Amino acid sequence: MPSSPTGKIVMMQGNDACAEGAIWAGCRFFAGYPITPSSEIAEYLVRKLPRIGGKFIQMEDEIAAMGAVIGASLTGAKALTATSGPGFSLKQENLGHAVMAEVPCVVVDVQRGGPSTGTPTLPAQMDMQQARWGSHGDHGVIALTASSAQEMFEQTIQAFNFAETYMTPVILLFDEIVGHMTERMVLPERASVKIVNRKQPTVSPDEYLPYEKTKDDIPVLANFGTGYRYNVTGLCHDETGFPTNDAKKIETNILHLTEKIERHRREIMRWKTFGLDDAEVCIFAYGGVARSAKRAVKECREAGMKVGLFEPTTIWPFPSEEILDIAGRVKSFVCVEMNLGQMAREVELAAKCKAEIHRVNRVDGDPITPNQIIDKVKELV
Amino acid sequence: MFDYLEYIRERNFPHIWCSGCGDGIVLKSLIRSIKKLGIPKDEAVMVAGIGCSSRTPGYLDINTLHTTHGRAIAFATGVKLANPRLHVIVVTGDGDATAIGGNHYIHGARRNIDLTVLLYNNYIYGMTGGQVSPTTPRGKNASTAPFGNLEPSFNISGLAQAAGASFVALGDVYHVQQLDKLITAALSKKGFSVVEILSPCPTAYGRRNKLANPVDLMNWLKDNVVQKDKLDKMAEDEKVGKIASGILWDVEKPEFSAEYDKLIERLKAEKRSAE
Ligand SMILES: Cc1ncc(C[n+]2csc(CCOP(=O)(O)OP(=O)(O)O)c2C)c(N)n1
Ligand code: SF4
Repeated sequence: MPSSPTGKIVMMQGNDACAEGAIWAGCRFFAGYPITPSSEIAEYLVRKLPRIGGKFIQMEDEIAAMGAVIGASLTGAKALTATSGPGFSLKQENLGHAVMAEVPCVVVDVQRGGPSTGTPTLPAQMDMQQARWGSHGDHGVIALTASSAQEMFEQTIQAFNFAETYMTPVILLFDEIVGHMTERMVLPERASVKIVNRKQPTVSPDEYLPYEKTKDDIPVLANFGTGYRYNVTGLCHDETGFPTNDAKKIETNILHLTEKIERHRREIMRWKTFGLDDAEVCIFAYGGVARSAKRAVKECREAGMKVGLFEPTTIWPFPSEEILDIAGRVKSFVCVEMNLGQMAREVELAAKCKAEIHRVNRVDGDPITPNQIIDKVKELV
Repeated sequence: MFDYLEYIRERNFPHIWCSGCGDGIVLKSLIRSIKKLGIPKDEAVMVAGIGCSSRTPGYLDINTLHTTHGRAIAFATGVKLANPRLHVIVVTGDGDATAIGGNHYIHGARRNIDLTVLLYNNYIYGMTGGQVSPTTPRGKNASTAPFGNLEPSFNISGLAQAAGASFVALGDVYHVQQLDKLITAALSKKGFSVVEILSPCPTAYGRRNKLANPVDLMNWLKDNVVQKDKLDKMAEDEKVGKIASGILWDVEKPEFSAEYDKLIERLKAEKRSAE
């Protein structure tokens, strides 16, 4: 998608932009449970979906919402759920079912402060590692971030495209800052927006194996009701979709869930840089915080300091190769996050001691300011 | 001879159930009901939770979805709402539906979404080896109630009725002809329909409660499950310990997925008249 698209200029709240992006992506099913700061997504879709033949349902809790989304997706509907920390915790088991059964769907987490009920109305980025490891068992994960309403729109479309391409749930890790910010954005020309729809079988029902190994390692799941009767389960299964206790088949199943994401890393990995070419200090930031970081870079540059920004817009899988490459060129990283360094740990691992790792963290519910970042940079250059 | 082969997944046999387990009897009754109603296999979806009973989907040749413990009704709600053309059958155990999945059970009933819920009640957690369940009768033994269960048990059919289900029935695996009729009626009903099916578990329940022999369990069902109208006519002292079977509740009320489709049509009409 072009970074500055041409089209209709609108004022939109981030959460509304996410909901609108879902509709553009072809989302026709939403199941959710109210929670601040994500509820606007549900409130937008409840009005829009029935007007375009789509379905909306407020479930009895987030566990149910995640289950309903998987059920709907198996009939062929592109399906979405949206929540925040406490609800994201509740979704984890069924999220794992979607991973295991390879059911495409999109889960939005507009992050607030935790643990527990934490700070319902204040921003945070404390679910970054939960998105990676929150559901039990080894598996690959795709998670995306956004630092503007425009990006919430675009990344939501991207999330559906990834989900349909790789047959997996995709997590959108937004935060309260971006979710509740109303700002100018551009709704692009429809024709310029690429939409991916999952494949359907080309063989006859007799020859069909839902989890057969394909060339690109992605299964082809027929929509329920189309004449291909197969089994979907959260148990370890073989290519038929039926449970297995065969050690070799179990291993194949589990390795596949990580490898299918790793194999497509190049296509999934996205990031933005700003002033990084000759930088000595690389600021690592994402989401709402990346905006303060960009401002900090501008001010540092004006003051003659060689500072740049690396903003991962795909956060899982983690851009380890890119970080290692940057680590060879800069003196240090400053990881700026509204948590206690959840992604800084990943940067540290990826940088392999080739650059120093510094942190700017904030967990009091106030956004990180450009000055806080600049003060840190000044200590380093 | 009735041809079950048309409906089963022969490749997955032998099944996992113990000899003397009631769950296979329910599967056959369900197959006969599907056949009787002429429901096309391609348009039927079975959604199950986790448990011995919830392993049924592996054996039935329709669209099948084995979910997570207690959540079958939530998944099934998504299937049905997204594609109301599909016949959605939920298979769930007493623990699955009324302990961990209790919230989905009552809200599915309240919504009156068109699902046929076959709730296998064996008074125990079978799959995990016999722990106490919300339906284990007071005083009975379980691996986690070795001194006798202290808790009162749930009336799970009554719960569905109170929560808003439009059809509630109780059957058992001894009175199989009646079970066929109840499952057929539940499948035909538009709305949230529950058939509570007493399906004995000799292994995890019987063994601990002096009913280890499957024949004894069958005899227990024969003697204690009585058709509701017959039971109503019995003297008070005869009624003690007896369980009423048959259709316990059957009312007409708006069904959720159909109501949603009406909303879509209404909004379309409003848009047309505005244009
Ligand atoms: C979240 C979760 N908790 C616990 C379990 C373990 N577990 C598997 S089946 C089961 C109980 C099943 O009992 P019931 O629903 O009565 O079905 P039955 O096996 O008796 O047919 C439990 C507790 C699980 N799979 N998932
Ligand atoms: S443990 Fe009980 S419920 Fe499970 S298969 Fe055996 S007899 Fe049936």
